Amino acid sequence: MKPKQFNRREFLASTAAATSAALFPAPAMAQAAPRVVVVGGGFAGASVARTLKSANPRIAVTLVEANRTFTACPFSNLVIGGLRELKRQRFGYDRIAADGIRVAFAVATRVDTQARTVTLDTGSTLAYDRLVLAPGIDIRWDGLPGYTEAAAERMPHAWRAGEQTLLLRRQLEAMDDGGVVVMSAPANPFRCPPGPYERASLIAHYLKTRKPKSKLIVLDAKDQFSKQRLFQNAWKELYPKHLEWVGLSQGGKVTSVEVAEQTLVTEFGKHKAAVANVIPPQKAGRIAEVAGVADKTGWCPIDPVTFESKLVPNIHLMGDAIIAGAMPKSAFSANAQAKVCAAAIVRLLAGQTPSQPRLLNTCYSVVAPNYGITVAGVYQPVNGVLTDVQGSGGVSPADAPASFRAQEALFADGWFNTITSEVFG
Amino acid sequence: MRAPRLFVVLAVVIGWGGVAISASPEPPPGASSCSGCHAAKPGVDTTIPPLTGRKAADIVAQMQAFKTGQKPSTVMDRIAKGLTDAEVEAIAAWYAQQK
Repeated sequence: MKPKQFNRREFLASTAAATSAALFPAPAMAQAAPRVVVVGGGFAGASVARTLKSANPRIAVTLVEANRTFTACPFSNLVIGGLRELKRQRFGYDRIAADGIRVAFAVATRVDTQARTVTLDTGSTLAYDRLVLAPGIDIRWDGLPGYTEAAAERMPHAWRAGEQTLLLRRQLEAMDDGGVVVMSAPANPFRCPPGPYERASLIAHYLKTRKPKSKLIVLDAKDQFSKQRLFQNAWKELYPKHLEWVGLSQGGKVTSVEVAEQTLVTEFGKHKAAVANVIPPQKAGRIAEVAGVADKTGWCPIDPVTFESKLVPNIHLMGDAIIAGAMPKSAFSANAQAKVCAAAIVRLLAGQTPSQPRLLNTCYSVVAPNYGITVAGVYQPVNGVLTDVQGSGGVSPADAPASFRAQEALFADGWFNTITSEVFG
Repeated sequence: MRAPRLFVVLAVVIGWGGVAISASPEPPPGASSCSGCHAAKPGVDTTIPPLTGRKAADIVAQMQAFKTGQKPSTVMDRIAKGLTDAEVEAIAAWYAQQK
């Protein structure tokens, strides 16, 4: 048979089989291949699936994901600000399937932790030796009075990228010059700690350049936030007339929303908005709760060496859903945690002890075109908690020249292209 | 920016065959995070330099220079300070072996 008669999947499957035969001695081959099911195909889940398969092609990896197209949150604030198109945020699963990973487009509805099975909404059941849950976040629809799923169609959260991102952008585009945009930012913890402030920057940039009589008011449930000094210095410099931030102690905490009146309510007053962006309280994605791996905070406690649940054995978690100590809920963290988790699972399946990991994170925020800032960190497990390595990490210098900010904006772009290539390319 | 399909298939098979057959050791602590920014495969549109295939001594020297501030950087000084010399050497040796 000529090689070109193989289709892509058969070719890969046969090569993987040959590779496994070369790698593993006969007794190992006699045993069934270990089965890992990964639920959630974002930065965490897709990364763990690919890392597992490349580290040991013999592992049968199934990736369960509800959507055929992934829409990335990082850089989606640029879409809202009119500086980027949503299609550049979208990625498919073809390359992941071509790795020999079975991709099931379905919703996981049930986990039987005794029988070690996952049930899908298609009716099928998947058995696992190790289960990885990477569900990202869900909105707490009971967390902010008045903010329901129907309300989100009028006052978008845009905290899961896709139609919500486009809705917020369209509302900004349709707004009259002079209209007031109001954003609410939640208390910690939530996905992407610098995200609300990057978004505020880019909405202010849009207003300054396209709707100069308008302004943005950010109502915040906190007094401190990520990269605060860098953001606030940039706002003073770039958007003094277009962005007003109201912290918790100034009455910034939004306590309810009135959708019909397009109004955000605080303890001190009401803010009527031409466009309202409500970033609501969040929790780990639903399957975490279903599987019993979320605690009363709504997030998932994990062992920082193996990323195994502290509540249910044989279930691993990473990314935005977990309680990750000093590591922020970022795409970079999710990808870094996934690679460490995959290495640990490979060892656990082989009956070996996982290595003590060290993890990195770098979060880029774009404040304006050619103006990027970062926060970075190096982490290690200390007493069961992911902890900052002393003397490392931190934010970009406060007094850096414009060339430094431009360099970080350029690296931000490179980071996005690199990580999405590793995860989906 | 998509390569022709046959090329992609061959690149994947050769790349993985190489990794699997040589039983490439698990990356040392910290190493697997780097490819979040430093592309592990060619063809990525980025100005961030790759680490794969670089000489280990070169990576170690750069990291040392970032750590001391001798070489200016945006973020690498903050990251280099979180890794010991031994960890940097292990990471550098591992990347030098990756193709």
